[in-house]
Amino acid sequence: MNTVTKEPTTQQTHKKINFMEAIVQAEIEELQRDERVIIMGEDLAVYGGSALFNAADKSRLRSLPISENSFSGLAVGAAMTGLRPIVDLTIASFMYLASDQIINQAGKLHYMTGGQMKVPVVFRCSMWHGSAIAAQHSDRPYPMFMNAPGLKILAPSTPAEMKGLLKSAVRDDDPVVIFEDNALWPVKELVPTDLDFLIPIGKADIKKTGSDVTLVAISGCRLEAMKAAEALEDEGISVEVIDPRTLVPLDKETIINSVAKTGRLVIVDSANRTCNAAAEIAAIVAEEAFESLKKPIQRLSTPDVHIPFSPALETQLYPSKASIMAAVKKIL
Amino acid sequence: MPLTKDQQLETYRRMQRIRQFEEAATRLYETGKIPGACHTSIGQEGAIVGACMALRDNDYITGTHRSHGHPIGKGAKLNALMAELMGKATGICKGRGGSMHLADSSVGILGESAIVGGGIPLATGAALSAQVRGTDQVGLTFFGDGASNQGTFHESINMAAIWKLPVIFFCENNGYAITTSVADSHGQPDIAKRAEGYGIPGVIVDGQDVSAVYKVTAEAVARARAGQGPTLIEAKTYRLVEHQVGLNTQGDPYRSPEEVDHHIKHRDPLTLYKTVLLKAGISEAALSQIEADVAASVTEAIAYAEESPFPAAETVYDYMYSNPINYPPQYSA
Repeated sequence: MNTVTKEPTTQQTHKKINFMEAIVQAEIEELQRDERVIIMGEDLAVYGGSALFNAADKSRLRSLPISENSFSGLAVGAAMTGLRPIVDLTIASFMYLASDQIINQAGKLHYMTGGQMKVPVVFRCSMWHGSAIAAQHSDRPYPMFMNAPGLKILAPSTPAEMKGLLKSAVRDDDPVVIFEDNALWPVKELVPTDLDFLIPIGKADIKKTGSDVTLVAISGCRLEAMKAAEALEDEGISVEVIDPRTLVPLDKETIINSVAKTGRLVIVDSANRTCNAAAEIAAIVAEEAFESLKKPIQRLSTPDVHIPFSPALETQLYPSKASIMAAVKKIL
Repeated sequence: MPLTKDQQLETYRRMQRIRQFEEAATRLYETGKIPGACHTSIGQEGAIVGACMALRDNDYITGTHRSHGHPIGKGAKLNALMAELMGKATGICKGRGGSMHLADSSVGILGESAIVGGGIPLATGAALSAQVRGTDQVGLTFFGDGASNQGTFHESINMAAIWKLPVIFFCENNGYAITTSVADSHGQPDIAKRAEGYGIPGVIVDGQDVSAVYKVTAEAVARARAGQGPTLIEAKTYRLVEHQVGLNTQGDPYRSPEEVDHHIKHRDPLTLYKTVLLKAGISEAALSQIEADVAASVTEAIAYAEESPFPAAETVYDYMYSNPINYPPQYSA
């Protein structure tokens, strides 16, 4: 296997781990680095979290009663008074319960107190779409939180990004919300083991360079976008794939520079279509780089419909390799 | 331990500071010098100051939209508070908060939340922080009778009870959530009884009796510092004024003029405490001197606020985010 030959050169500095392991590794490293870090979550021991219990004193690992709004508020209060909590809200649809404390307190208090308060708290949640668990467990609500100023919004798409961005979030002095796509959980890759491996918040990553079309893929959409880009490459179409990694603050420059080169933009976003992240990116490019565009911007999103239980209904809803390839070809 | 004579005078001074500051704020609001909404705690000074006198400077407080009394009761200086009410650059929140959000971190105020019940989890979280960091600080959250029907009240008390957090849940029960009476919004009238359902002590105290409030709060604080967990205190108090300066309610009054008049005449916490102090042998002259000193401080605060500049328009984005983290050089590109 080709990959085996590559690993010996990196095994001193990297380890091959999956997305979930990257989360646990980041949390353990930050717990051990900084005693102000605490972890608060529902059912902490589930999904690999049990490894955390060897990493820190029990007082810094709080398994929570099911009170999303208030435990999020407890984390905000703890953040304002010397701790750096990581809150695991598990499923992204539960963010609505927590949203009052996240939006009205965490996001606003630095501003509303004229800078007297800092709120270094991290909220994590996993977006469980494509899993036949129906509408109340399948939301991808990051666009709503993008519309709430004061929060930093992250959407990593690889294990290394997850680790590096989570560690950056813990060290950031502002409230950070991380939306994690469960489609990424099985993905394994070599991830740096450097304890200070950080990915800067607010920087996009070009996953593949190309010259004909810019493809911006958010979070788990990277998987289908890369498949589509590779298939298009085989057909002689050169696609540049950009992973924003951070949605707020958005790295506009990387996207606009790419569009200046390609003249074409397709945005893939698994959130519902109306006012989603793709809509914001499209608006920015239309406002700031309209003269670069050779063809209309294309948006691929989940339509404005509830996620149904039956896979027979659900599977068709999300952007796929085929729909992405079709969108690219439409504007060539 | 009862308040010393000096502490009694300080208690009276703080009650006077709240009263005179808010009477001035009312006038300034009515003449258009203070924009937005203005809710005063006139009548609730005994509950506020009694609670604050039981706290140290480094303890934490969260409050409510009725936010002037809490920082003043905790000992805040008046100039920056009055400047904030007028929306000035020198305001305690740089003109970003206003009357409903007079948070002054120098006296331990984390935030004054205009989302009813919003501050309850914050103080509980500050108590969690104190517990994790191993300090003996406590959190105290002021909230009203209306907030006791929010989920945050129940959820936060439950978590504080589970972990024996050093937090005091302090309800200023003034009888009305704007116009909705406790009788119309609570299954039974005593909010403190809800404590039993969560396995923590619940105490009812006369909120117009500042000494009594101090005593029960000091006991709750001592329990909290000793690792014995939270207490719910319900101070039965009364707004001597309208919910909000200039509020015009329609239809039948939600509280009778006789009821309000009775409280103004017989249940004003400042009058009651003055009587206590005079009986204790403190001279009329000493109290008059405090009143005059406070009046001078309020006059100075108004002048300071009026002379202060408004924030420059281009500063509107300031304080949206803290400075970003310092990335190690290899990752900062």
